[in-house]
Amino acid sequence: MSLEDPQDQRGAQDRELVGVTEEGVDYDALEDLLGEKVIGRESHVNAEAFVIRPDEVQDTLFALRDEAGFDHCSCLTAQEYEDRYESIYHLKKYDDPTQEVGVVVPTSKRAPRSQTAEPVYRTADWHEREAYDLIGIDYDEHPDLRRILLPETWQGHPMGMDYNQDQPQVVTFESHTNPLAEDHKGEESDTMFINIGPHHPATHGVLHLKTVLDGEQVADVKPDIGYLHRCEEQMAQQGKYRKEIMPYPDRWDYSSAGILNEWAYARAAEDLADIDVPEYAQVVRTMSAELSRMAGHMLAVGTFALDVYGDFTAIFQYAFRDREKILNLLEDLTGQRLMFNYLRLGGLAWDLPEPREEYFDTVRDFLDELPQNVEEYHDLISSNEIFQIRCVDTGVLEPDVAKSYGATGPVARGSGIDYDLRRDDPYGYYPELDWDVITEDGCDNYARVLCRLQEVEQSARIIEQCVDLLEDWPEEDREIQSNVPRTLRPDEDAEIYRAVEAAKGELGIYIRSDGTDKPARFKIRSPCFSNLQTLPELSEGEYIPDLVASLGSLDIILGEVDR
Amino acid sequence: MSSQERSADTEAAVQSTQEDRMQGADDRFNSKLREAFGSSPFILTKFDQFMNWVRGSSMFMLQFGIACCSIEMMATYAIKHDLDRFGAGIPRASPRQADVIIVPGTIVSKFAPRMKRVYDQMPEPKFVVSMGSCTISGGPFQKGYNVVKGAEEVIPCDIHVPGCPPRPEALIYGVAKLQERIANGESSPVTVKPYELKQFGDLEQDELVDHLAQDIDEETLVMRYNWADSP
Repeated sequence: MSLEDPQDQRGAQDRELVGVTEEGVDYDALEDLLGEKVIGRESHVNAEAFVIRPDEVQDTLFALRDEAGFDHCSCLTAQEYEDRYESIYHLKKYDDPTQEVGVVVPTSKRAPRSQTAEPVYRTADWHEREAYDLIGIDYDEHPDLRRILLPETWQGHPMGMDYNQDQPQVVTFESHTNPLAEDHKGEESDTMFINIGPHHPATHGVLHLKTVLDGEQVADVKPDIGYLHRCEEQMAQQGKYRKEIMPYPDRWDYSSAGILNEWAYARAAEDLADIDVPEYAQVVRTMSAELSRMAGHMLAVGTFALDVYGDFTAIFQYAFRDREKILNLLEDLTGQRLMFNYLRLGGLAWDLPEPREEYFDTVRDFLDELPQNVEEYHDLISSNEIFQIRCVDTGVLEPDVAKSYGATGPVARGSGIDYDLRRDDPYGYYPELDWDVITEDGCDNYARVLCRLQEVEQSARIIEQCVDLLEDWPEEDREIQSNVPRTLRPDEDAEIYRAVEAAKGELGIYIRSDGTDKPARFKIRSPCFSNLQTLPELSEGEYIPDLVASLGSLDIILGEVDR
Repeated sequence: MSSQERSADTEAAVQSTQEDRMQGADDRFNSKLREAFGSSPFILTKFDQFMNWVRGSSMFMLQFGIACCSIEMMATYAIKHDLDRFGAGIPRASPRQADVIIVPGTIVSKFAPRMKRVYDQMPEPKFVVSMGSCTISGGPFQKGYNVVKGAEEVIPCDIHVPGCPPRPEALIYGVAKLQERIANGESSPVTVKPYELKQFGDLEQDELVDHLAQDIDEETLVMRYNWADSP
């Protein structure tokens, strides 16, 4: 190996990417790059989108990934129009998520077939299965095109236009292989098949893992989801923008992280309908969102300790003690412990509770105690030798793999990917505040837990600054709500994909408006859905206790995975 | 001997034996309850009543999380609310060790057969607390294409705790009410269960069953959802 080699490699990495300019993405350059493949161009509110033929999906996406640097397939939205089906790939860059592009793949109504994107972005695997399941688009060459959220025996595609919701359905019980059946051993090998879940204490809800064991080691694991698929997208499509959708986001990621989810919807809808949010409301939003994030991370850490130590008595209870304090603060603010329904399009439901001074004091008391409490967690968890043996170098997720699966949030940051939408795609009051994005290079279970614990401290920093700001805010400027029309009807055919940094990662919403007061298509990009996809990468070849630890460290919430 | 004399005698006897018992090396076992019993170390009751009282006083819950309500259920078990105080303590991981199943969340088509099986695995007598609006009617998701309209469509429920989600206090109240009912010997109500697990071959032959006939073994257990008929 000559001394010049590393320089050459660096040269290759710094290679000029197509379409990058000072102002952002140069879509004309991208169109030139794709050349003949582009058969049309659409303007979405968030980015331009290129329309391509369904048999050129891979070529297009390879070009955009390798030549233009779009390495993050954030989301795949599928939808049915009167005259066609459509799949939209929302692409971003991990380095700069404000650089976005959409790839629209229309397919005919009679035979909706489209080429799979799985070889380009592995995350497309599950996203395309979901599109097949709910909308009914077939993806050619897909490695495993089965239903993902609904049972195998389901008839019809429920988000399609001609679906009859009243038709009976038959669901088999035997779709879960019986682990006690005689065929649980491989013919020639010593492997054994077991089901973990859907009712199992370590699966954090109703997740089902089809696991093949070779002795103590995991030979193969396939997550089976859909046990909590409660039609969130359908519910949102049946609700009016202004007030009927906002209660549902609380129920996606229900680990008290509701305000972050509400913000995802609020941000998408506000940008779609061009609604301003008063600055004061943004500060309150930022503060309450960070309280939510802390509560969510406390739950993650507490249940992770429960998984790793089986410890219901100490760490779990410590985490719940601190959560209760946060929930009290949020309850004072919003009136609810878990389902806050506090944000409104263009502002907030109401101002801070009176007397304000008292509320600020309670928040400050909590923040003052926090460093000591976090220190306790470090004593109990991260500096504990047993814990380190369980977690260091187990469940390793390399950054490249994480990117390919579209992992975000603490899972990505635990793998050293410096990606946080609060900083990279600024919204709310975050750009004005002083805080750090935490990354850890360990790529293992330990790094992910460390990330969460440090993010709790960063959240505390943000809240502290917000409280200072709110305290000095002049009384006459405390505007919590901007003017929003009573009935909101965004322009016809306006489309938007917008994301915020929720507790688990990038929570994105795609909305297409058809000019009425309800969305024509409402798609949720759940961070847990993409993060859970990495589980086989984390755990295959590892011991089965490490599988449980890895699952805990991904911190999935099944309500958000299944939606 | 007149009856009055006898009663005076017994009273004296009661006092002397009580005093004997209340003193000495093992007085650490003395309690208010023992004082109240007097001389007689026996209680007369019906065995059934006694068993009901015992059942109500120590209930093993199943560790069973479904959706958002399970977060509040965990908060109920955890510090501050501490359900253990009421003799309904730490959750059991296996249905075979549990008396009570709290159904905390939305039940969807794919999960209902599983929940039925978990319920079937619990030993008799067993009780069900349905927690949250979803388990009453489907709650906010009632109009969903995939949502079962309440737990009672699948298994019988003793107590319904409304709320979305109910506060921990509400769940504690629900569990306390259940304990009271069990102690009073009011057994679980029998309800109609439209979605019973059935052998596939037993389903009436219609278009859907014919269509699936090739894929599904006749002896496989299935659940059939007639969405149009559910409330």
